[in-house]
Amino acid sequence: MVKRIFAVLLLAYICYSAFIYAYGAEGGAKPTADAVAGQSVWQSKNCQACHQLYGLGGYMGPDLTNIISDTIKGPVYAEAFIRSGTARMPNFHLSDQEVKELVAFLTWVDKSGKSRVPAENVTWYGSYKIDKQ
Amino acid sequence: MKTWYKLFISFSLLLLLLCLSFGVIAAVSFFKDLYFPNMMSFEQARPFHVSAALFWILTAATGLIMYYKQELFGDAPMYHKLSPFYIGTWVFAVAAILLSYCFQQFGGREYWEFPPVWNLLLLVAWVYLLISFFGTLFRSGKEKPVYVWMWGTGLLFFLFTFTEQNLWHIAWFRESFLKEMTIQWKSNGSMVGAWNQMVYGLGLFLMVKISGDKEIARSKKAYFSYFLGLTNLIFNWGHHIYNIPTAGWVRGVSYTISMTEWVLVISIIQGFKSKLTEQRKFKHLLSYRLLIASEFWVFMNLLLALLMSVPAINRYTHGTHVTVAHAMGTTIGINTMILLASITFLFEADKEKKPAYRRNFAIGFWITQISLFAFWVFLIAAGLIKGMKMTASPSAPFTELMQNVYPVLKLFMYSGFVLFAGMSVLVIQLLSKAAGQLSTTDDSATN
Repeated sequence: MVKRIFAVLLLAYICYSAFIYAYGAEGGAKPTADAVAGQSVWQSKNCQACHQLYGLGGYMGPDLTNIISDTIKGPVYAEAFIRSGTARMPNFHLSDQEVKELVAFLTWVDKSGKSRVPAENVTWYGSYKIDKQ
Repeated sequence: MKTWYKLFISFSLLLLLLCLSFGVIAAVSFFKDLYFPNMMSFEQARPFHVSAALFWILTAATGLIMYYKQELFGDAPMYHKLSPFYIGTWVFAVAAILLSYCFQQFGGREYWEFPPVWNLLLLVAWVYLLISFFGTLFRSGKEKPVYVWMWGTGLLFFLFTFTEQNLWHIAWFRESFLKEMTIQWKSNGSMVGAWNQMVYGLGLFLMVKISGDKEIARSKKAYFSYFLGLTNLIFNWGHHIYNIPTAGWVRGVSYTISMTEWVLVISIIQGFKSKLTEQRKFKHLLSYRLLIASEFWVFMNLLLALLMSVPAINRYTHGTHVTVAHAMGTTIGINTMILLASITFLFEADKEKKPAYRRNFAIGFWITQISLFAFWVFLIAAGLIKGMKMTASPSAPFTELMQNVYPVLKLFMYSGFVLFAGMSVLVIQLLSKAAGQLSTTDDSATN
């Protein structure tokens, strides 16, 4: 009996995983070559230690999910910070190409959705309704 | 071989010390402009802390499981020979990862921030471990109690989730950022469930050992809680990504399944407590205290987890230090307390008669519990302040937002210093027992 229940749950895990890969998170733009390279820069400089994307990551700096589409900040502001750092953020001395790639990565992230869920999207039973981009 | 496992478990205690030390360094580097402007930066210190925490749990859990597997089922010669390969490859991989951080070599994802090439070594080590564990188990015709199922499930699902965590190397999984994030956090969430299975299995095994009641691990209730835990491992990871625009049913499934497993864990521990005789409580006082502490932390983190799993509340807690409180509350309060209890039992610290040893252990224990409580409360307070401010004024500058949080984070940091002191006392006490045992062990007798 124990073996049977385990087998059923194992099968459920495999099926649910496959379903998630295929249908759980569709949508959003495909990355450009620069965005793919920018993601490598993001990881090799360990940006996630301090910054978040969709609220996931470190807590020292701001969430950067929608920094590019921010009407006050935007790509120029992001690039300036990446190039020179701040009092709390080191200057990583990135090349022009790496800066371009990192901005392309953040642009790709931004196009995938909004990090903050507006209050009107909360349903009466406590869940969210989020519109796809 | 048991000596090798004991050495491996002692290595895990050193990782715990490293984790605690880098926790202090990371906290100070968070405020380095206030204290030491030229010290190690936060993005360099954090990976040491996080990876050491991760490897402390995995190393201690697998070391204890392999030790008790040998005690329960013996070791067939072929599988017996595989264990040193697991130990050697794992220790080498962990050392290589920590060395990479020394040279500021990163490249991985959240929690796995080292250059991904080291994942191959970890994978090889884990495969050795699985062959050794399941090879021995399949040869044994004995009926398996629930903790053996939990160990096996944890080991197997760690392999699945670890592999899933590395799917990003395949371009198809990076076609959409939503898919990318969903799979990354699906694997991270389920992986925590996998090591929880290993750790809770060890907790249950310890309860059986202390109480002498084998029925604890053979009751219907125990099996029910095991399967509920496994169901949560499979489906309940969605609270990490409630705000990502995935399909709505991903949120729905996770919200529905929620964290019901914790309730049953509490009831099992309570059942165990009532069965203990006063004499046995006294005999195993040190490990018993640590187990009871884990029960308290299960309760506290259960409340927090249940609240966080409601999307409407998660909106205020996600991306704040409330998440950190839950992560640290469970890894320190539950996983670490159960593992330390198991190690205390293994190294026979309970039998230590010297008053100074028992007094130091008690001091370390109480400093740990009290400071952990303060640490946890300050994190929740910091998170709630940030969450409320962030939700009320989403366009407020980050620096302005954090000005409100820093005073509470400083209190969190100070409580962390005390926690470091308390836990270090416990670890040093256990290391001294380990050193004593290892220096007097005749390996030929224990093989």
